Amino acid sequence: MTLTPTKPPQHPAPVEMDPPEDGPSVGERVASVFSTGFVAVWAVLVVLPLLWAVLTAFKSDQEILTDPWGLPQQWRLDNFARAWTEGNIGTYFVNSLIVVVTATVLVMLLGAMTAYVIARYRFPGRDVIYYTFVAGMAFPIFLALVPLFFVVKNVGLTATYLGLVLVYVAYALPFTVFFLTGFFRTLPGSLIEAALLDGCSHAGVFFRIMLPLAEPGIVSVGIFNFLGLWNQFILPLVLMPDQDKYVLSQGLVVLAATQGYRSDWSGLFAGLVIATLPVVAVYIVFQRRIQEGLAVGAFR
Amino acid sequence: MRHGKYPFIIGFLAIPLLLYAVFVISPYAQAFYLSLTDWRGLSNRQDFVGLANYAELFTDTQFWRAMGHNLALLIVVPLFVIAMALLFASATAISRVRGSRFYQVVFFFPHVLPVVIAGILFAFLYNPQAGLLNAFLRVVGLEWLTRAWLGDDAVALPAVMVVMIWSAVGFYYVLFSAAMKSVPRDVYEAATLDGAGRLRTLVSITIPMIWESVQVSYVYLGIAALDGFTLLHTMLPDGGPNRSTEVVAQYLYRTAFDEGRFGYASAIGVTLCLFTLVLAIVVMRFSRREQVEYA
Repeated sequence: MTLTPTKPPQHPAPVEMDPPEDGPSVGERVASVFSTGFVAVWAVLVVLPLLWAVLTAFKSDQEILTDPWGLPQQWRLDNFARAWTEGNIGTYFVNSLIVVVTATVLVMLLGAMTAYVIARYRFPGRDVIYYTFVAGMAFPIFLALVPLFFVVKNVGLTATYLGLVLVYVAYALPFTVFFLTGFFRTLPGSLIEAALLDGCSHAGVFFRIMLPLAEPGIVSVGIFNFLGLWNQFILPLVLMPDQDKYVLSQGLVVLAATQGYRSDWSGLFAGLVIATLPVVAVYIVFQRRIQEGLAVGAFR
Repeated sequence: MRHGKYPFIIGFLAIPLLLYAVFVISPYAQAFYLSLTDWRGLSNRQDFVGLANYAELFTDTQFWRAMGHNLALLIVVPLFVIAMALLFASATAISRVRGSRFYQVVFFFPHVLPVVIAGILFAFLYNPQAGLLNAFLRVVGLEWLTRAWLGDDAVALPAVMVVMIWSAVGFYYVLFSAAMKSVPRDVYEAATLDGAGRLRTLVSITIPMIWESVQVSYVYLGIAALDGFTLLHTMLPDGGPNRSTEVVAQYLYRTAFDEGRFGYASAIGVTLCLFTLVLAIVVMRFSRREQVEYA
């Protein structure tokens, strides 16, 4: 690799606090200030809309229209109460929780079982099964949308929690199996042999020894699945036409549309804040793990 | 010791495989077949029409318009996201700006924020009366710039692109930051001794060294740009003013669930899927050559 100097070589500055690539030239200084400045500006641009949403959730509708910048004169908690009851956010919130938590737990269990068998046993068709799951990650969901609607209808599960849960599980399986298969392969096989010799059953080995050992991988994928399914919109849109069983993402869209003529902006923003709380909680608790898991393990 | 191995394997695989076959594999397989029929879903009549749906698609102006919007997203969004993420990552990771951990936490958050919530939030931010953007423009004396951002053909799609960029930059910032950490520091020191400036270092050293991350990022962002359903459906439910922002996935949804043309909608899905696969293959091919140049 050849590097043509754009300017005469600089002598190294011995007392620089900054790392050496911060050349001492004026141009470099300016570049440094600028790039650091851009980073700070972006941080503001990320935080500002979020902060504005939270403040707006506490304001009166009058304030929202006349004073979009200011702090709320009075912190109105009743916006949240109104969103929860009148806006039905409470119902949608509970629906989301039921569907997403059940689906996440189920997909982790079934995914871990599948991945363990694929990673640790030799049997005919193993590779076919594995690559069928991997291929499932490559296809966009909207390709399956129309037939899926009729499949769910034909098994009588349209507009049921169970239908949505099973579909969520099925579409979360490929990544879960893919990730956990790699994970189970890294665990020591000698433990399995020893436990089997001691008279432990195959299932016993999995539940008592391997599953606890795989906990870090399961937590990473579990968080990923929880956030992904909480975010899911197009599947419930097609499979959950019953408004009493809407999940949050559907409910918020309805609320955003109806707020237009009721002009209950504050209620809408309170609803947005409520819907974000579980995500914020998971994000704060598992912050480092989310970034590691997502950055390393691709996403869908 | 091997006693009961097969019953165990079958017992563990039966339920997941059944779910996967019924809800994932069979719909995908059916989509290809349905795209060759004129099925409208009301009756059981499913006449095989060969490639007629695809022929119609070829001359369907609304489809190509929607595809044009996807292509606009495909060109603009990844470019900005990758450029900004690279800039921010090199500014914080290499020169070790204080608080780069803080930036990671802040920048990444929009990525975990549900798309629907981001969509509603920004739709209101763009609101002509009460929105933050117009309020800001009035305060700084740029009154003439204020407009109904989502109600204007010319700016509605760019306004949505901004939201996509806003949500995505943080993820790629974290991804590139991690990749840059693995570049050996003495390479940078050698470059500095050769008199390479900051920008020169980024273009000639950092980017080639983390090229693999960049190319994978482009594929991910491209796949997202060819979808875009959730955000657009949230911000501009009816395809925007004069359908000026409708993307293919929205057109598919409308064709299937509003008009009941399930066969035709399946053909749209298959076509869009092929575009996605071609994009992934082309990007990986094209950029592999690039990497050899620098190796």
